[in-house]
Amino acid sequence: MGITPNSELQTPNLSVDIAGLRLKNPVMTASGTFGYGEEYSEFMDLNRLGAIIAKGLSATPRQGNPTPRIVETPAGMLNAIGLQNIGVKVFIKEKLPFLRKFDIPVIANFFGDSIDEYVQAAVELSGADGVHALEMNISCPNKHAGWIVFGTDPKIMEQVVTAVRKETKLPLIVKLSPNVTDIGIMARVAENCGADAVSLINTITGMVVDVKRRRPVLANNTGGLSGPAVRPIAVRMVWEVFKAVKIPIIGMGGITTAGDALEFLIAGARAVAVGTANFINPTATIDIIDGIERFLADEGILDINEIIGSLRT
Amino acid sequence: MTRYFKATVLENTALNKHFRLLTIDAGRSTLNAQCIPAPGQFYMLHSNSTYDPLLKRPFSIFKHEDNSLKFLYRIRGKGTICLSNLRDGDIIEVIGPLGNSYPEPEGDFIAIAGGVGIASLLPLLDICKNTGYLFYGARSKDELVMLSEAGALSKEVFVATDDGSEGRKGVITELLKSFLNNLKSEISNFKLPIYACGPKPMLKELSEIAHASGMKCYVSLEEHMACGVGACLGCVVKTVSGYRRVCKEGPVFDIKDIVWE
Ligand SMILES: Cc1cc2nc3c(=O)[nH]c(=O)nc-3n(C[C@H](O)[C@H](O)[C@H](O)COP(=O)(O)OP(=O)(O)OC[C@H]3O[C@@H](n4cnc5c(N)ncnc54)[C@H](O)[C@@H]3O)c2cc1C
Ligand SMILES: Cc1cc2nc3c(=O)[nH]c(=O)nc-3n(C[C@H](O)[C@H](O)[C@H](O)COP(=O)(O)O)c2cc1C
Ligand code: FES
Repeated sequence: MGITPNSELQTPNLSVDIAGLRLKNPVMTASGTFGYGEEYSEFMDLNRLGAIIAKGLSATPRQGNPTPRIVETPAGMLNAIGLQNIGVKVFIKEKLPFLRKFDIPVIANFFGDSIDEYVQAAVELSGADGVHALEMNISCPNKHAGWIVFGTDPKIMEQVVTAVRKETKLPLIVKLSPNVTDIGIMARVAENCGADAVSLINTITGMVVDVKRRRPVLANNTGGLSGPAVRPIAVRMVWEVFKAVKIPIIGMGGITTAGDALEFLIAGARAVAVGTANFINPTATIDIIDGIERFLADEGILDINEIIGSLRT
Repeated sequence: MTRYFKATVLENTALNKHFRLLTIDAGRSTLNAQCIPAPGQFYMLHSNSTYDPLLKRPFSIFKHEDNSLKFLYRIRGKGTICLSNLRDGDIIEVIGPLGNSYPEPEGDFIAIAGGVGIASLLPLLDICKNTGYLFYGARSKDELVMLSEAGALSKEVFVATDDGSEGRKGVITELLKSFLNNLKSEISNFKLPIYACGPKPMLKELSEIAHASGMKCYVSLEEHMACGVGACLGCVVKTVSGYRRVCKEGPVFDIKDIVWE
């Protein structure tokens, strides 16, 4: 039929270039769902991943929110971890040596509650051996501006991304919040401030009520929705951002199977990240990589770059 | 890759309206030396392949023999209802054994179980046959599951129910208090380690008893979990040295380290 003998023999190329990084395949782990790689290393060979995006870090350690921190929802979950983390210094000293043993890019995710704190974390991470790129989580409230979330106000976002961009030479990925009216505008702000890539989506703010107690289930009242339930929203947002900017996109939100990942790639993401699915299936990332490869082979596609942004509308 | 595996349901027996006993065949390869569960450890069980319920649920190891693992569970909500619908031959996804375990007592000990907490303590009673004083409390007689099995492994058994349908009417910690008072009047400087699993009010009460008596007390805690392996930080408990993961540093903690909220 239409398949040439050539395409059946060759294994398709899965590698992609993003923000100056060469990834052996487009599948990464989403920040906060994979710790610093150690917990899942017994279940898989981390070297098979496209990259690891580590748990979000701040300049100083954070203890996070009281419990309950998580609650399940239909095909999803809400989390209000409160960005508990060990801080940049301990990460560099205690977690990076483990990650350096692997032959894959390590992307450090970081955040702050003030511009200074963002800059401090970025500077310290940029000087560390074994951090290959930075992902900036801007879904955090700004303590100097009435706790408005950086990533929901174009002006505040511009200030913080510009400040960080000045202080780091590492590839800078800005992670967009979906809790905005027009995510394309926010992506353009990131691009104009010199971001090398954008990643999306972070979690969507939600709430679950315990009807007997008439209280929110989460101690924090609200939490971030993730998992299969958010996927269609995430795919739509990736597509909108793809139309709005030229810098590459890392797509995420509910990716659980290779088919899900392909939706994002076709909609315009050059790479994807797998989050909540790791909890359900510790080898989800590997299954997705294998599934993408099989899909390309079956379709006779030699290079994954052929399908990126190939959406027909 | 042995701690993440698929298992076959051998039996899923109803003990009464609320409780079931699930037996799964984990296969020979998955129960190698590192994967033999110790008392207090738990497994994450996924009971269906749809996205609702999405997450696996944690259950304590109740018994294991050769390739089979047994779990004693109470039907609560979506996840345990799905679990209760499993039939012989069904395939179930499992991660485990996870978490730490009860430190092995050196001599006699006290085990205090509230309700389905007995699931976590029975393997301890089993490896330390006839050295444990078991205190077992539940809402009513029919919720005292596995009482005779647990009793047969214990040195002595004390029972309390909320409605008085079996044993003393009231909470189990009251029975423990009078037991300790009696012993104290007989033996000075009397101390036994306490092992506990049950609802929070029981554990809180116990922390006061342990504090007052100066006795060592290990508690197995429950928190909502997503990953079960230490990656999501969803399951933490407040301790004197900050938040600790129930799935990784726990589920068994020294009660004096817990900050009750
Ligand atoms: C380490 C550990 C060991 C456990 N061992 C046992 C056991 O041996 N037998 C047994 O019957 N139960 C045990 N539990 C409790 C059991 O996990 C919950 O009853 C079960 O998750 C309820 O799920 P559900 O969907 O039926 O209930 P729902 O109430 O519908 O659950 C909704 C959400 O809340 C979570 N949740 C609800 N109650 C609990 C709870 N008590 N602990 C943790 N998460 C909860 C669920 O996991 C789920 O994410 C254990 C819990 C932990 C943490
Ligand atoms: C438990 C949990 C913790 C998270 N922590 C972070 C974090 O520290 N930093 C961050 O940028 N995103 C964090 N996220 C968001 C994820 O990286 C991802 O953007 C989101 O969950 C959507 O993907 P998913 O549906 O595949 O999980 C977290 C998500 C979850 C579920
Ligand atoms: S359940 Fe994820 S860290 Fe414990």
